[in-house]
Amino acid sequence: MAASLVRIFSKSCRQISRPWGASRAAWRSRSTNPAADVSSDQAAGGVSFPPLQTYSEEESMMREAVKKYAQERIAPFVSKMDENSTMDEEVIKSLFEQGLMGIEIDPEYNGTGSTFFASILVIEELAKVDPSVAVLCDIQNTLINTLFAELGTTAQKEQYLSRLTTDMVGSFCLSEAESGSDAFSLKTRADKHKDYYIINGSKLWISNAEHAGVFLVMANVDPSSVPEKNILGQIGQGYKYAIGMLNGGRIGIAAQMVGLAQGCFDNTIPYTRQRVQFGKRLFDFQGMQHQIAHVATQIEAGRLLTYNAARLKEAGRPFIKEACMAKYFTAEVATLTTSKCIEWMGGVGFTKDYPIEKYYRDCKIGTIYEGTTNVQLSTMAKLIDKEYDS
Amino acid sequence: MSGRVLVGVKRVIDYAVKIRVKPDNSGVVTDGVKHSMNPFCEIAVEEAVKLKEKKFIKEVVAVSCGPQQAQETIRTALAMGADRGIHVEVTGKDYDTLGPLQVSKIFAALAKKEDAQLLILGKQAIDDDCNQTGQMTAALLDWPQGTFASEVSLEGDKIKVVREIDGGLETIKINTPAVLTADLRLNTPRYATLPNIMKKKIAQVKPADLGVDITSRLEVLRVDEPPQRLAGVTVETVDDLVAKLKESGTI
Repeated sequence: MAASLVRIFSKSCRQISRPWGASRAAWRSRSTNPAADVSSDQAAGGVSFPPLQTYSEEESMMREAVKKYAQERIAPFVSKMDENSTMDEEVIKSLFEQGLMGIEIDPEYNGTGSTFFASILVIEELAKVDPSVAVLCDIQNTLINTLFAELGTTAQKEQYLSRLTTDMVGSFCLSEAESGSDAFSLKTRADKHKDYYIINGSKLWISNAEHAGVFLVMANVDPSSVPEKNILGQIGQGYKYAIGMLNGGRIGIAAQMVGLAQGCFDNTIPYTRQRVQFGKRLFDFQGMQHQIAHVATQIEAGRLLTYNAARLKEAGRPFIKEACMAKYFTAEVATLTTSKCIEWMGGVGFTKDYPIEKYYRDCKIGTIYEGTTNVQLSTMAKLIDKEYDS
Repeated sequence: MSGRVLVGVKRVIDYAVKIRVKPDNSGVVTDGVKHSMNPFCEIAVEEAVKLKEKKFIKEVVAVSCGPQQAQETIRTALAMGADRGIHVEVTGKDYDTLGPLQVSKIFAALAKKEDAQLLILGKQAIDDDCNQTGQMTAALLDWPQGTFASEVSLEGDKIKVVREIDGGLETIKINTPAVLTADLRLNTPRYATLPNIMKKKIAQVKPADLGVDITSRLEVLRVDEPPQRLAGVTVETVDDLVAKLKESGTI
C-alpha cells in the first residue's frame, strides 16, 4: 500500500516544486541514514577517530538545505546566466536570504554563526549546480567576511559586516595588469591627502565588480602615513593579510572544484546507465566502467584532501601545505572529470543543451585563480624542504 | 488567547525512497534508509510560520513523537521558522506500535498543557496514510476541525477554512481553539535558512509525564508488497480483443 501511494505522491509533488529528475536519483543513493555520519561523543576516556565524512548535526542540516535550495532556486537560472554572462540579481538576493553570505559571521551582525567547515560544505553543494554562484559565495565568506571579521575595528564591523551578511556583495581587488602571481609587485598607490587617501592605479579581475557594494583594494602607501577610518588592519600589512586569507580561501576553491566535479559526474552517470549501444548500456562496457571508477576515486580523494585541510584549519593546526595540495589536486580532478564526462556523453555532452560542457569550461579556472597550480606546487615544495631541516 | 500554535511533525521514510518489505513480512525496512519530515507536515509548519509572520499568532511550537531521531525532524521545523520544539520520547516496541490514536492522545494532552490556540497537522502521513490523527485529536479535545485545508484565514477569534473535498471546495468558519490539517495546495514550504538551522531549543517529555497510555489496540499481522504487475498483451483487431476478454472470463 505504501509503495504505490508514494509513487502517486511523487507525481503530485511537482505541484509543490519538488524535482523528481534523474539527477535526484544519483544523490539519493549517496545519503542513506543521516544519523550514521553525525559525529558521536567520545566515549569516557577514549578517543574516537571518525571518518573525514563525519558532520555535526548542523553541518548535515545545512548541506541538505543548500542542496535542496540550489537544485530548486539556482538550477533553473544556470543556463541563462551562462548565456548572458551575467549573475542573476534574484539568485544573489536568494543567497543572502538563505543566510549563505555570512556563514561564519556572528549572529550579532546577522550572520549564521557557524563554522569554516560549514562554509566548505555550502560551497561544495552550490558548485554541484553552478560553480560561478559557488565562487561568489566563496569569495564573500572566505575572503571578504574573514578580512572584516579578523581585522575590522568595531566601527568598521558594524558598518560593513551587517551589510555583507544581508544585502551587500564584497569585492577583492589584488591583481593588476602587471601583477598576478607576482602580487608583491603591485603598483596601485594610496597617497594620503588630508584625512583621506587618493588611490591611483588600475586593478584587474575585480571580483563581482558589477554587483559589489564594498571593494577591498590592496595598495601601496608611504609608511609614514597615519591610518584613517577606511583602512582595514595596519598599514604595511596588506600583502600579508591578502596572502593569509588566500590560504583559507584556497580550501574554498578546492571545495568548489570537488562540487564541480561531483555535479558534472552526477549529471553524466544516469545517461551512461540509460543509453544503450550494441545491445547494452554504456555503463556495462568494461572500458567505461574502469574509466568511471577511476574518476570516482579521484573525486573522493580530492574531497578527502579538502575536508581534511578544512578540519586542520578549524583545529588551529598548520594547514597551508594541505590546503595547497587540496586546491592543486581538486583542480586537476575537475579537469579530468569534466573532460571524461563529455566523452562519456558523446555528442550530447558537447552541446549546450546539456549542462556538461559548462562544467568543462568552468573547471579550468581552478588551476588559475587564488594561486596558480605552479604557485601551489612551489609553495608545497618550500614547505616540504623545511620539513627536512632537522 | 495564548497565540500559541502547536504543529505536529512526523519523521517518515523519504518520499523518494523505494520501499522494501522486510524478509519476515513484519514491516518495512527502515534501517539505513533516508528519512525526512512528512511532506504534509512541512506544509503545516509553513502555514504556522506564515500565520506568525502575519502576526495572527505569537509562537510556533513543533512537536514530534518518536525515538532520538525525531529530533532531526523537529530541528527541520525550527529551521523553517518554528520557535521551539517538544520531543515526546517513544522508543523501541512502543514506537513500532505507535499509531494515530496514541499520538492524538499525546497531542490533546500537550495542547491543553501548552494552552494552544491552534493545532496544525499534515492531513496524513505518507507511510501509513491513515488520515486520522487530526480528526481524533479534535474529538478528544472537543475542538472544531478544519481538515484538508487548502486555504486558512483568521478572522477575529474564528477561522475560515477552505477545504478540498470530493465534490470540490467547501468553505467553513469554525471557532478557536481548533485543529487544522494541511492539504497539498495550502502553501509551498520554504527552505531552511542557515541561521535558523543553528536553533536548538527542544524540550523532552515522556508520554507518561502527560498522563497518556500509549498501549496499542492493534497488532500488525503481516506486511506484503503489492503483487507484481504483469506485462500486458497487445492484440491486432477488435475481434481478437473480444476473444481474449472472453477467454479470460472477463466477459
